[in-house]
Amino acid sequence: MNYVALKMLFGDRAKYLMLLCGLTFAVMLIVQQGSIFWGLMMWSQASITNLNVPIWVTDPGIAQVDEVKPIADTAVDRVRSVDGVEWAVPLYKGLLRARLANGEYHQITLTGLESATLIGRPAEVLEGRFEDILQPDAVVLDQWAVERMGGPTVIKVGTIFELNDKLARVVAIAKTQKSFTNIPVVYTTYERAIRYIPHERRTLSYVLAKAKDGIPVEDVIQRIQTQTGLGAFTAEEFGWKTILWVLKNTGIGINFGTTILLGFIVGMAIAGQTFYLFTVENLRQFGALKAMGASTLTLARMILLQAFTVGLTGYGVGIGLATVFGYLTASGGSLPFVETWQLLLLVLVALLTICIVSATVSIVKLARLEPGIVFR
Amino acid sequence: MTTDSQPAAVRANSVIKAFGTGDTKVTVLKGIDLEVYLGELLLLVGESGGGKTTLLSAIAGILDIDEGHIDVLGVPLSTLPPGKRTTFRGQTMGFIYQQFNLLPALTAAENVAVPLLIQRIRRTEALRRARMMLDRVGLSDRTEFVPKNLSGGQQQRVAIARALVNEPRLLVCDEPTAALDGANGQKIMELLREVGRSPDRCVIVVTHDSRIFHFGDRMANLTDGRIVNIERIQQEGTA
Repeated sequence: MNYVALKMLFGDRAKYLMLLCGLTFAVMLIVQQGSIFWGLMMWSQASITNLNVPIWVTDPGIAQVDEVKPIADTAVDRVRSVDGVEWAVPLYKGLLRARLANGEYHQITLTGLESATLIGRPAEVLEGRFEDILQPDAVVLDQWAVERMGGPTVIKVGTIFELNDKLARVVAIAKTQKSFTNIPVVYTTYERAIRYIPHERRTLSYVLAKAKDGIPVEDVIQRIQTQTGLGAFTAEEFGWKTILWVLKNTGIGINFGTTILLGFIVGMAIAGQTFYLFTVENLRQFGALKAMGASTLTLARMILLQAFTVGLTGYGVGIGLATVFGYLTASGGSLPFVETWQLLLLVLVALLTICIVSATVSIVKLARLEPGIVFR
Repeated sequence: MTTDSQPAAVRANSVIKAFGTGDTKVTVLKGIDLEVYLGELLLLVGESGGGKTTLLSAIAGILDIDEGHIDVLGVPLSTLPPGKRTTFRGQTMGFIYQQFNLLPALTAAENVAVPLLIQRIRRTEALRRARMMLDRVGLSDRTEFVPKNLSGGQQQRVAIARALVNEPRLLVCDEPTAALDGANGQKIMELLREVGRSPDRCVIVVTHDSRIFHFGDRMANLTDGRIVNIERIQQEGTA
């Protein structure tokens, strides 16, 4: 009877397409909104992922990566002295204003890397050589800085600008993940970063560290916290800390959550209702089958097959459309769109749940259906 | 032609069926006693609202009765659990409806194959037998047509082929000619009479159509929930 069920489903093209459109719309809406939401969350921790180091050490009261709480310079040596730490390097991170030759001012995030190792440098360089950062007055910009500060005609390798009245010369353009605030990132060495900024008692923003091979990162983090009194986090923990801060302290969580939830409820309600109506409109046909000897179990299997067929088709088409949307609008990283397998799995489970629920409602109606309906 | 000495395919005793409750309760069948024999075509006639379709549904086991007993082919249908009743119905009965009730998405052959598919017969075999049955009802050139592309008469012939394809011993028909013109109605009834005259089968037809009365062997008149008379129909060419 599977064949009959599928023919019944596909036979009425108008109803089938309406059903498919409802499910596709629901899936597309949830996946698209969910992916944009998650993309934004990824942007919010871009400062962590761009530096790609395993352990972050800083003030224990820190709330999120962009809220820097300077610590004493001695922290680097204290972390290096912890058993199990392979290396530890200083990192400066702070906001500064850049003045271009044309007189424009732009706020930038100054990132100072340890000059000996350049640990935390971006993995990909679009123009120039990152190592040239060791030259006098040299800085490296990310590609978003080029975009924000006037485009490639204004900012390119060789461009000179001022940071706090001191000279900065662009030697390379690096590729990074866009950040939530989209403030241009200027890389330089730690020592030079300290010279650029106004005098402060404490200048060290973070200590970046790595555990020795074979020693669990969690153990090393525990030791750092115990022996130094500082806060230590894995990159993943710090990323989540930042995401949770953004969710709690900005309207993004509520706004996107509401949109996703509404999309989910509306989409699933449309899908469930449409499928239920599809069954109700076919009640006479199901009644005829029941009169001819089809058991309730057989009819239930037919309904479930129809529900899963249209559900999975809608799921595939919906995800396909959402992915195309993401590809067209977010290629190059200019818009946040991160489609994760967890999101796709969640949507699949939700969709199958709504299919089962609407099919169950229909099956209950069919179970109670007197086949005598066919004589009326 | 049948005689009362032939075995009863259907035996209904003191059947009562009511719809609704309290002040709105309507008793549609008020103690029906009826026997239908193998090898006969019984016509159920009477005024509208008299209970014909209700009785037909009860005999077919698709409507529960409130009181009384109905045995079909020796099986106490009215006391069978719903699941077993459904299985029994699928194995022994065929249905022809006034509105045909063909599945619009299926071709004529697929529609006819449905009762076989319900009995879990393989699709290729079911379609083969369905096409043979369509050939028997004169529709061998319409097997791949969907219902909307068939005339009313052709659709009813498909419905008959569907009702006969699993060789049911009891054929239950509700106004099978109501949606057809005179000529098509006559053809359909000739087919049903042929089925009814098989010694191990019987046909029950609910009808208002006096033009087809002569196809029956007996005619039961159901008025206000009671069978007021059963008369044997004089066949053409018999004394």
